[in-house]
Amino acid sequence: MSAVTAEPAVFGTEIVEHRIIEQRSFKLPIILTVVSVLLVVMLLLAPRAGYAVFRLAAETDYVSIPDVRVRGLLVAWICVGAAALLLPLAWHRAVTYRKLWPWAIALFALLALTAFLAWAGAGANGFWNVTALIVNAIAVAVPLVFGALGGVIGERSGVVNIAIEAQLLMAAFTGTVTASITNNPWAGLVAALAAGALVAALLGLLAITYKVDQIIVGVVLNVLVIGMTTFLWRAWLQPNSDVLNRVDGIQFDSVGIPGLNRIPIIGPALFNQNIIVYIMFIAVVAVWFGLYRTRWGLRTRAVGEHPKAADTVGIKVNRTRWVAVLLAGAVVGIGGASYTLMAGRVTGFDQEMTSGYGFIALAAVIFGKWNPVRAAFAGLLFGFAINLRIALPALNPGGPAIPPQFLLMVPYVVTLLAVAGLIGRSRAPAAVGSAYSVE
Amino acid sequence: MRLELRGITKRFGTFVANDAIDLVVESGQIHCILGENGAGKSTLMNCLYGLYRAEEGEILLDGVPQRFAGPGDAMAAGIGMVHQHFMLVPVFTVAENVMLGNENTLGGGLLDMAAARTRVTEIGDQLGFHVDPDTRIEDLPVGVQQRVEIIKVLSRDAQVLVFDEPTSVLTPQETDELMAILKQLRNEGKAIIFISHKLREVRELADKITVIRRGKVVGEALPTSTNAELASMMVGRDVILTVTKDAPKITSNRLEVTDLVVTADDGAVLVDKVSFTVKGGEVLCVAGVDGNGQSELANALLGLEGQVTGSIVLNGAELTGKNPRKMLDAGIGFIPADRNEDGLVGSFTIAENLMLNRSNGLPFAKGGVLQLGFRDQFAAEKIVEYDVRTEGINQEVSRLSGGNAQKVIVAREMSKDLSLLVAAQPTRGVDVGSIEFIHKRIIEERDAGIPVIVVSTELDEVVGLADRIMVMYRGAAVGIVPADTPRDILGLMMAGIAPENQEGAPA
Repeated sequence: MSAVTAEPAVFGTEIVEHRIIEQRSFKLPIILTVVSVLLVVMLLLAPRAGYAVFRLAAETDYVSIPDVRVRGLLVAWICVGAAALLLPLAWHRAVTYRKLWPWAIALFALLALTAFLAWAGAGANGFWNVTALIVNAIAVAVPLVFGALGGVIGERSGVVNIAIEAQLLMAAFTGTVTASITNNPWAGLVAALAAGALVAALLGLLAITYKVDQIIVGVVLNVLVIGMTTFLWRAWLQPNSDVLNRVDGIQFDSVGIPGLNRIPIIGPALFNQNIIVYIMFIAVVAVWFGLYRTRWGLRTRAVGEHPKAADTVGIKVNRTRWVAVLLAGAVVGIGGASYTLMAGRVTGFDQEMTSGYGFIALAAVIFGKWNPVRAAFAGLLFGFAINLRIALPALNPGGPAIPPQFLLMVPYVVTLLAVAGLIGRSRAPAAVGSAYSVE
Repeated sequence: MRLELRGITKRFGTFVANDAIDLVVESGQIHCILGENGAGKSTLMNCLYGLYRAEEGEILLDGVPQRFAGPGDAMAAGIGMVHQHFMLVPVFTVAENVMLGNENTLGGGLLDMAAARTRVTEIGDQLGFHVDPDTRIEDLPVGVQQRVEIIKVLSRDAQVLVFDEPTSVLTPQETDELMAILKQLRNEGKAIIFISHKLREVRELADKITVIRRGKVVGEALPTSTNAELASMMVGRDVILTVTKDAPKITSNRLEVTDLVVTADDGAVLVDKVSFTVKGGEVLCVAGVDGNGQSELANALLGLEGQVTGSIVLNGAELTGKNPRKMLDAGIGFIPADRNEDGLVGSFTIAENLMLNRSNGLPFAKGGVLQLGFRDQFAAEKIVEYDVRTEGINQEVSRLSGGNAQKVIVAREMSKDLSLLVAAQPTRGVDVGSIEFIHKRIIEERDAGIPVIVVSTELDEVVGLADRIMVMYRGAAVGIVPADTPRDILGLMMAGIAPENQEGAPA
């Protein structure tokens, strides 16, 4: 037997395990090339004459920026050409085993988007109001972001939340009715939050306490809530809509932050917003801080990664998951409230009014790699795509345009690409989806 | 701190895992608990640690009865445990894992990472090693992960430390280092419970030995007992620990593996340019610490790995890139490393499992229809021939003990005409009686003149079975040496140091 080494050895710095052969990944250059080709085909097959107008300023801004009026097709070709210049770079990086820089991807996306907007706006009656595009995208994204935050919290603790859709819908229903009866949006918000938590409590009871398969519970909850709210809406809300399903007087107003709200573009987008949007900004930061900087977050993430390890250091696994699931439900509930309680929403509660946003939020969770900040940005991105569906026909009524259904597909296509590895490995919490028991 | 267990009884359904176990552990002592796999050692420790609730009996610390509702209570009372499968979150850093459940906070639940880092460094310094507090666990070698577990336990000021089979993942050198740490902790006055089925370690380390068999304490032994004495206490009868075999009779059969490379999806090279030849009539043992590419090498020989380059030639026929069906048709017998995962369908009966790899034609199937009569007759013969202790051929294999389940696989693989036998961890989690039997069968195949490859992490098994030994480290073959190579040289090879580089300069 050899002697035990007496000197203190240094660990943790050596190369561990096996040699690595670097793998080339051509996914990104292929996708960028396909996007470029599609844009070229679009410009060739459906050229549009005339000028496209971009309005960058709002009347209240400090400085007035004149409208930008350009030949749409020309600008589109220039942008596509510039984007195409990035392709050799992308291919070169992939061939030499390296990753493309994030700024290059962002630049490509910006150029492709500008090309698309310039093409679609060419010869149109209206103009592209850039400020409104962003403001409306944020408004559309509110339930997506709250849904994604709730999804992140739940999944980080190890509980898949397929029922985000149900929580949004239940919260929208409860929030509307409560605010209508009490004539107070704050009461509606609290009720929505509680309704989201109530659906979450059902999820927790079945999935955590009784260890039913989390996916099945989530699907069942979605069907249950859709059926229940539709029934109640028909039987109860429709006949009494002036009492139970109002629009006027139950909505939060937009509040400008003096001084900041008149900065061009970002002023209206960030500092002249609805109270629920401000709550959203705070929630994103709070969830991030909570998960990564506090004891609660460390324990919640531990329970989602390795519940047995958490158990052996004295953490109550199922209790921790319960807390996370209820909190997630409440967060999603705020998103549900935004359907009717934000100024600018024109209808009261309508049957199935969440129309699949819960699933888009779930997609944002994955696209955001289970990180609250990334997931929130993913939600905003998807919100932008959804908003284009509304903005495009408005820009050019009656004109030949892209079928809006295509734009609705964007979040799902982007998520499929993300899951296929475009954004690097998207790794779920290790224990997500499985109930925990000791013996 | 003095720990006393009185009459601990734990049942799972009708199965009594612990039957009225009494145990006293004094501070400043290393108390070894010796027993076979399945004897109830881990169950007992889980009862002590609050993970399981014992039906009867009590736990006393310094004479005071304790009630543990969960591991949190046990830890608060001063009991710490280093589990066989590490209880570390792979994506957390060392400091995060050490603080988890016992966090340093700045008030308001805000984590104090600086304090956690300091705590890791301080305890590491006391034990004479340094672990970087900011490294993620998944990036650390297992030996270092175990040190993190020890730091974690000590950071909670544990006075009774339980080590559950701590050496199963370590190289012999790492084992020596662990033993030095354990002795240091004992000298500081901790009470240490060391659970193992490895006689050598127990004898070297123990102040006191308690032997458990089938859930009962069968007696105490002194560290001066011989291996044979301890083994017979553990098993309940005299056992032959050495494998008897004649000198190899080499035949003309050959397995030639050249520059075999197995790559994982993420690019990690799991088997790194391994070349060797196994002649008919000899056993080549593949040794090494678990996770150094041995399992992947074995899998590649059956065509189970996706990305494989190099060549595998069996008796002149090229087999590289063939699928498992073709490999089986070429006469390869395969005992997989994880029988429950890869070897058996737990909810199938013994008879069904015995014909799993032959369902594609006569005599087990005719025109796509299973020949149940033949199957049952075959199974009935095999459970006698291979000594499978069972209620009958229609028993589900998930209800068999580890040893009997393994014998079902051995029976299935060895009851055809083989041209090559690949046995990965053939006796892992198997009782001593079955180990003897399986070893005998493996040597019979060798003596029948075919090449045999045995992958094992147990050095005793390797030395007992091998005619030649190949040691693997980080996917590469460190060297191929004769079976009578001294253990310390093999140990250094398992740490990646080739024999020609070992000239009096250990690690």
